[in-house]
Amino acid sequence: MSDLMQATRRGVLDGMHGGSAVARLTPAAPASRISLRAPAASVEALSGALAVALPVKPKTSASANGRHALWIGPDEWLIIDESGADLVAEAGKSGALHSAADVSHRNTAVIVSGPKADVAINAGCPQDLSLAIFPVGACSRTLVGKAEVVLYRTAADTFRVEVWRSFAAYVFGLIAEGAEDAAL
Amino acid sequence: MSGANRISGWGRLTPAKTARFTFDGKSYTALEGDTVASALLANGVHLLGRSFKYHRPRGILTAGPEEPNALLDVSRDAARRQPNVRATVQEVFDGMVTSSQNRWPSLALDIGAVNDLMSPFFAAGFYYKTFMWPKKAWEKVYEPFIRKAAGLGEAPKEEDPDHYAGRYAHTDVLVVGAGVAGLSAALAAAKSGAKVMLVDEQPEVGGALHYDTGVKINGKDGFTWAQETAAELKAMDNVTVLSRTTAFGYYNHNMIALCERVTDHKAKPGKNEPRERLWQVRAKRVILATGQIERHMVFENNDRPGVMLASAGRTFLNHFGVAVGQKVGIYTAHDSAYEAAFDLKRAGISVPAIVDSREKPGEAVLAQARAMGIEVLTGHAVLTVGGKLRVNSMTVGRHAGSATRKIAIDALLVSAGWTPSVHLFSQSRGKLRWDAETQRFLPGTYAQDSLSVGACNGTDDLQATIEEALAAGELMAKAAGAEGNGKIEITGEAPFSWTGGMIGAAEGAGPDTTVKAFIDFQHDVCAKDIRLAVREGMQSIEHIKRFTTNGMASDQGKLSNMHGLAIAAEMLGKDIPQVGLTTFRQPYTPVTFGTIINHSRGDLFDPARKTPIHPWAVAKGAEFEDVGNWKRAWYYAKPGEDMHAAVARECKTVRDVAGIFDASTLGKIEVVGPDAAKFLNLMYTNAWDTLKPGKCRYGIMTREDGFIYDDGVVGRMAEDRFHVTTTTGGAPRVLQHMEDYLQTEFPDLKVWLTSTTEQWAVIAVQGPKAREIIAPLVEGIDISNEAFPHMSVAEGKICGVPTRLFRMSFTGELGFEINVPADYGQAVWEAVWARAEPMGACPYGTETMHVLRAEKGYIIVGQDTDGTVTPDDASLNWAVSKKKPDFVGIRGLKRPDLVAPGRKQLVGLLTKDPNGVLEEGAQVVADPNEPKPMTMLGHVTSSYWSSNCGRSIAMALIADGKNRNGKTLYVPMADRTIAVEVVTDMVFFDKEGGRLNV
Amino acid sequence: MLLIYCPYCEEERNELEFRNGGDAHIARPTNIADITDEEFEEYFFIRQNPKGLIYERWRHVHGCGKFFNAARDTVSDRFYLSYKAGEPKPDPATFLNNGNESALNKDKGASK
Repeated sequence: MSDLMQATRRGVLDGMHGGSAVARLTPAAPASRISLRAPAASVEALSGALAVALPVKPKTSASANGRHALWIGPDEWLIIDESGADLVAEAGKSGALHSAADVSHRNTAVIVSGPKADVAINAGCPQDLSLAIFPVGACSRTLVGKAEVVLYRTAADTFRVEVWRSFAAYVFGLIAEGAEDAAL
Repeated sequence: MSGANRISGWGRLTPAKTARFTFDGKSYTALEGDTVASALLANGVHLLGRSFKYHRPRGILTAGPEEPNALLDVSRDAARRQPNVRATVQEVFDGMVTSSQNRWPSLALDIGAVNDLMSPFFAAGFYYKTFMWPKKAWEKVYEPFIRKAAGLGEAPKEEDPDHYAGRYAHTDVLVVGAGVAGLSAALAAAKSGAKVMLVDEQPEVGGALHYDTGVKINGKDGFTWAQETAAELKAMDNVTVLSRTTAFGYYNHNMIALCERVTDHKAKPGKNEPRERLWQVRAKRVILATGQIERHMVFENNDRPGVMLASAGRTFLNHFGVAVGQKVGIYTAHDSAYEAAFDLKRAGISVPAIVDSREKPGEAVLAQARAMGIEVLTGHAVLTVGGKLRVNSMTVGRHAGSATRKIAIDALLVSAGWTPSVHLFSQSRGKLRWDAETQRFLPGTYAQDSLSVGACNGTDDLQATIEEALAAGELMAKAAGAEGNGKIEITGEAPFSWTGGMIGAAEGAGPDTTVKAFIDFQHDVCAKDIRLAVREGMQSIEHIKRFTTNGMASDQGKLSNMHGLAIAAEMLGKDIPQVGLTTFRQPYTPVTFGTIINHSRGDLFDPARKTPIHPWAVAKGAEFEDVGNWKRAWYYAKPGEDMHAAVARECKTVRDVAGIFDASTLGKIEVVGPDAAKFLNLMYTNAWDTLKPGKCRYGIMTREDGFIYDDGVVGRMAEDRFHVTTTTGGAPRVLQHMEDYLQTEFPDLKVWLTSTTEQWAVIAVQGPKAREIIAPLVEGIDISNEAFPHMSVAEGKICGVPTRLFRMSFTGELGFEINVPADYGQAVWEAVWARAEPMGACPYGTETMHVLRAEKGYIIVGQDTDGTVTPDDASLNWAVSKKKPDFVGIRGLKRPDLVAPGRKQLVGLLTKDPNGVLEEGAQVVADPNEPKPMTMLGHVTSSYWSSNCGRSIAMALIADGKNRNGKTLYVPMADRTIAVEVVTDMVFFDKEGGRLNV
Repeated sequence: MLLIYCPYCEEERNELEFRNGGDAHIARPTNIADITDEEFEEYFFIRQNPKGLIYERWRHVHGCGKFFNAARDTVSDRFYLSYKAGEPKPDPATFLNNGNESALNKDKGASK
């Protein structure tokens, strides 16, 4: 069946751009992701297998070699790998009790970047995004308007907004309006 | 010249900066910074509108947001028009068009004013008494009449062309009000290092310093100090100062809602500027420095244009440089109004007399008045005023005396004293206390982390206000975690300290009179109306308020509530605190809907969820229907086809050839862990430990009460991994339901749940040619009937990408559901379509899906069930395990009502006329001739024209339905009664099910 | 808009991130299949709806996803404390009238 077509990938935010001089919005590149669930006893083995130390403190993350482990809940992490690795298989090698579900296509991400990226996101997000409360590396599941997102601050002026595919256009639109307002 | 009453060299506006606007078609010149009120007064216009009920001529009463009277229609262009705008708040911009409201044919000659003459017929409670009967007249006569007559202004019919913004913000200390108290508190908090927000509803800070020009702070003119202090605060990194911003709501846990008016004062708003911006501020601590509002005097004809609050007169003079008249009388019960007289006199305006209802005014103001040669009549009352469209005289008499004196005036400034603005404190659920000595409600017990300072806290002395505010600023900053040194010193000097005040009706408008002495100007409520309410038996202030509508207009009784309360208390022979106070509610001043919804308009009103295949369906001209937030392809009409024809064709094509259907919206939950089967055993009525990997099974979920909650096909991917599907609309609540049990009832189970709804695009290929269509695209899975029978699942590849391939069917045909990672969905769909189209297959939508499943008697949860249907009611008892010791619903299903005979049960209905299609929701009865109300047996849940059966088919929930097989029932409609036959077997097509297993 | 402390996230968050889950400390009978109608009625249908102190369940549904319990005053909407699911019901004596009125609140009562 080698003569068969190879299906091509189409991201829901492909080609979109928006925002303002103080907060630019760009779609993130495709990445592989798993929703990782595990008891405390498995954390060490999973950290080893995934080559990134799973954070155990609320609202924190860890990164190594383009791979990010985001604390979502006390037994839940969102693992994002920018090189597209097979994270389900890697987690499986830990031998430890866990659940890894591939969510590479469930989520997409918007990168919001600029001196007022926080203000733009606050158009729809009720969390305090000041650097003191939401420092670089902080992450949290929360809301933007009516849509659930995972916010991840990758730099003082940059957030990665992980969102389910079908909510992406809505979240992009809302933050883009916030970005325009933040520029006034 | 910006008006004949503008006094050269007076006020703070710049004479060179002018703006043109119109009022009722006439053009006027204003100065930049004018409100509509100040600009009209400068041009000698006092008559601005007609009152709500009696259509009495009305003018400008105040100079601020508490204005009940001067409400105008203001427009920027054809599409931007707003009714009921307070002329005292709206700033003039060049080119604005304003007009008066509630008058016909013109403001000066208003036919509706006949209501004033007929006012004996419009007493308080008039609506409740007059329009009771005849009942029929309500709809045809009374309501249309009231609707036409009632209401001020006219709502715009066009869509609002402006846009609005909103944002969440967090701060350590929020200070509301930027008068002396607010500025001092904000400065102390900011110097302590706290993150501070200072908000004020006016265009510039200063509060009472706008008019109170005698005040010196740190040796400077008070208003100048205020502007410099605001500039100092704005320059600090930790401070945000917002002007034209009203804190309109104080909500739970220190959430304050602000409305910032961004463009309403601009002639040419910036391109991207929102008209208004909603701020939802969460503050660690709140300082309320909201000041106080002056009360008017209650006497006959006190609503005549030209009668206004003393502080308003001072504001127009001292800030806007406008004289409200040339012969201005003063009627007061409080020292503060004397300063209005002094200011007027200094500006060269005649002040014929100060009429003071008190025998003993404050000595200092009295001495000053005498020194300036102003006549003071103590122990006197203004009994009435003359003039209709503008006041022209006041009739003055000594208390309890009979002699009166008529004094010519062209404006009358009044003051009955001051009411602390405790609105926000009260909204925060703080409890007010009555201060008997000063006769006012003040903040008592706090419910939230806030403090009131200055006038709104009953602090009258200037220096005491400053010190209280500085201490509060420092204390609140520290409480919020700031550690800096906020110690600062500010000294203030005021020329006079004020005494006095009265509440209720003045001499001449007492209980023995029936004069029109207004307390609520906007709702035309007089002192006598309150008394009538008491005489009619109202005792609670809440009842008096509703009977008279006192305080129920858009100004929410900022001026009238205390007067109404005092008059009621006097009539009831009680003290004011015993009568109580009506509740202060959000918003403090009216807020536009645009601000409340801000970004949530158009595409951002609600997320429109679209599947990965959506663009293809759009290109093919599909119609869509909303299912939850999803947009689902409903049917694909070819040119010339209506919905009926398209669906009939799609239904035939699927069964004759094949169809492809976008099932991506189905909820999906990945259930993983060693206890996965054990957990599903508890969540579904079925048994799952018997399901082998590579197989799938239809499952039913019940709630604890035994009723069907959801259903779907569950595939076992591995011993410890299940792929669960739910209904499209049910996905979030099913996950919530499962998490609830897993986390709180069965926390020891080693299993985890992950929503994978959006991970997978799902392409259903259904029909006799389904296998032939997909076979060449699939790698690694033998999809022959022998190797991959009905209800199988396997992982492999399709079009080179990973797939979870299900052999399953919601149509009764040979079928596959191809799950592929969402970003590949459209490409795989296109590849499948490229195979399917030449074979004569078609894409189909949700309507065809519904018909095909109904032909097979498959239920749709939420359509054929309604939360009161058990598995047995739906003839799905086969899916309820009899062996399991426990599952959610096991006990509920044994409840007496759920096992009783005669329950409503799901059955099929066949119309006697095969061409007649029943209406979904139609009621079903046994005896069509029974008099109304008829005995309803149940209702039609699903009904379609079935092109495959060549007739209509329907499902219905019918009482004792399973025992009515073959019986004739009736569906009464408005124009006819339809006879139907009950069939307990709901399978209308391919009863043997042979088509599934090929 | 409430501010709710999540014992897992160790932070106060806006009410929008949460969903209320009704009364806390109502355990599903382990022998539920065998209980009487009266016992089932008591377990499934009967609630007190108190004016004042309530122990209730919340889920941080748009946060960490966890269910937890909280003690709240239904009149003032004041949260006394939040605690993790499975932890015992706290004795009201340990939190009522104990730090209930903050020092700040006492100051405020004394001023004026």
